[in-house]
Amino acid sequence: MNGENKCINQTNPYLPEAARIVRTYPLTEDVKYFQVRLVDMEKAISFKYSPGQFAMISVLGAGEAPFSISSTPSRPSLLEFCIRKAGTVTNAIFKLKENDHIGIRGPYGNGFPIESMHGKDIIIVMGGLGAAPLRSVLLYCLDNRDLFGRVALLHGAKRPAEMIFREEFFALKERKDLECYLTVDADDTGKWKENIGVVTTLFPQLKDINPSKTFAIVCGPPVMYKFVLKELIKLNIPKNQILMTLERRMKCGVGKCGHCAIDYIYTCIDGPVFTYWDVIHMKELI
Amino acid sequence: MKIVKLKKENLFPFLESLSKEADLWAPVQKYENKHSFQLIKDFSQIDLKYTRTILPPKKLFLPPTFNMFLATEQGYEEDFSHVTKKILFGIHPCDIHGLLILDRFFQHVFDDPYYSKARQNTLILGHSCWPDENCMCKSTNTHIIEEGYDLFFSELETAYLVWIGSSEGDDCIRIKPGIFDEDITDEDIQIYIKWHNERDKAFQVDINFIAMPDLMELKYENPLWEKLGDACLACGSCSNVCPTCNCYNVLDKPLLNKYASEIGRCWDACTLESYSEVAGGENFREKRAQRLKLWYTHKLQAYISKYGKPACVGCGRCASTCPVDINVQTVAKALEGKDMDTFWNRLSKEVTK
Ligand SMILES: Cc1cc2nc3c(=O)[nH]c(=O)nc-3n(C[C@H](O)[C@H](O)[C@H](O)COP(=O)(O)OP(=O)(O)OC[C@H]3O[C@@H](n4cnc5c(N)ncnc54)[C@H](O)[C@@H]3O)c2cc1C
Ligand code: SF4
Ligand code: SF4
Ligand code: FES
Repeated sequence: MNGENKCINQTNPYLPEAARIVRTYPLTEDVKYFQVRLVDMEKAISFKYSPGQFAMISVLGAGEAPFSISSTPSRPSLLEFCIRKAGTVTNAIFKLKENDHIGIRGPYGNGFPIESMHGKDIIIVMGGLGAAPLRSVLLYCLDNRDLFGRVALLHGAKRPAEMIFREEFFALKERKDLECYLTVDADDTGKWKENIGVVTTLFPQLKDINPSKTFAIVCGPPVMYKFVLKELIKLNIPKNQILMTLERRMKCGVGKCGHCAIDYIYTCIDGPVFTYWDVIHMKELI
Repeated sequence: MKIVKLKKENLFPFLESLSKEADLWAPVQKYENKHSFQLIKDFSQIDLKYTRTILPPKKLFLPPTFNMFLATEQGYEEDFSHVTKKILFGIHPCDIHGLLILDRFFQHVFDDPYYSKARQNTLILGHSCWPDENCMCKSTNTHIIEEGYDLFFSELETAYLVWIGSSEGDDCIRIKPGIFDEDITDEDIQIYIKWHNERDKAFQVDINFIAMPDLMELKYENPLWEKLGDACLACGSCSNVCPTCNCYNVLDKPLLNKYASEIGRCWDACTLESYSEVAGGENFREKRAQRLKLWYTHKLQAYISKYGKPACVGCGRCASTCPVDINVQTVAKALEGKDMDTFWNRLSKEVTK
């Protein structure tokens, strides 16, 4: 399906590049933001990726794991990640401070079909950590605002404190060229001024959708998909214009180790971005 | 293609002159009737009357475990120590086809240097074979080979017909030119044709692989998978012995007394339970039946849909290895709805009694 090697290390796709942590701070209780730069300046500048792609991050002695690139290629040379503490590798990443080194290889995966999205209306639906991969495409659309029609963001979190990039998204609400709707399942602060309810309760806000010229992009916890997809189908958005990014276990990122196999595709090279049609077509996808 | 003749008594002298330049690997008998590709020190160990080796030749290119690089605070040092100059002698057509499938796989989109470099440093000297009751290569059309070797030795009564398949193969012949005979007689050709026809008749298994992608699709929800899943021990042996299984796991081995790690890889198997587990303990393929479906999707469906031929090369190793009779032959027959007398079928009858 997909077939281009844009990996930063052309002769050995398994070999990481040293990168320095430029900035890191907590986003929520168990999610941290990391801004990193490849130590080799020339490589830092020539690291080309598209929204929706991911990188493999390694920590000496702990191992390696895949993470979505949260930054946008329209702002080159620095890469951003948001990482949730889940196990061995992520615990080790959490212990790192500014100026510490990590290993990075990539970019991998197909990414979003940005070119076919040009001129179209874009609806981005994110839940929880789904903001990590979708922030990249959101910022890309905003940085290239003329290339797209309407842009709408629907973002849901469990509680206000768990909404990652909270301040950034509040600031976006000021923009006239973006419809930005935020919601929490429950407000335990008493100060939340936005919508309360699951992310699907935001759908009535989307008025006058022109389905054939709309792309919808979804990423969130597994439970979210079923309900969000139902809403999108109600809006008559074509199944091959509903995009989602999926997670699988990954060891190599380059289509060799087999761990991310579904049916006969490899999530790491044929995905992680799939259309809803792919999902229906390939039994095991979600 | 150029074909020459070599008298049988000249085989070992020829191999000896070749092995001055590289390590010679060939089949030897390891246990009773069990063979293995081994590094040859003494030519009398070589046993060409073998059917299949326990492990396929992939072990020479990507060993069961090896190091990819050393990671230190200063950077990364690639480790290609598993790549040495080798000659693989005595490999059968099915296994050469297996390597051709791995080539396509490991060089697709991203080139895997650990595989490719080992491959480039190995001469492939094939050898003709005779089928037993588990050989399925006629059905997979991998019982003959036209590419993928440097030299191929077809055994006649007193001599070999030697097919020269590459420019490196031609160079080998030139190391000892006197022993190769360019004059192939009509009698040699008659012997060869007779051998070929008799071998064709010796195959005992016939599977319609072309029908398998459809049957896999149609029988995806069939209860037969649950039966297979109940019997499977999730031991992973089928993946280890299959010449076209490529899955691996990555190892991070911290070194004592140093802030450094050896990053290695080791063979893995999709039939093992931990294979598809992700964070939070969620497992996309918790049930053995689901994992076997993935295995057989790969062998019987995926590659046929993409390239018009199965990813199974019919070597029969799964059939001679799986302790509970789960193999391409029994699964294909079951998909065709044929009555089976296999361990897992007997088992499920016992259980439902
Ligand atoms: C394409 C892609 C993009 C991702 N993007 C992000 C991101 O932006 N931010 C983020 O926080 N996480 C992301 N993940 C998930 C992240 O890779 C896992 O959380 C991470 O691998 C856990 O590693 P660990 O060593 O800390 O946990 P481990 O100690 O490995 O284990 C905890 C559990 O995680 C399992 N696991 C191993 N690999 C994966 C995997 N790839 N996905 C899920 N579980 C796994 C283990 O089997 C174990 O059950 C992404 C995953 C993929 C495939
Ligand atoms: S599936 Fe079985 S017969 Fe086919 S190549 Fe693999 S081990 Fe050999
Ligand atoms: S199919 Fe057979 S060899 Fe393969 S894992 Fe199951 S029991 Fe082991
Ligand atoms: S992660 Fe190794 S094949 Fe996809």
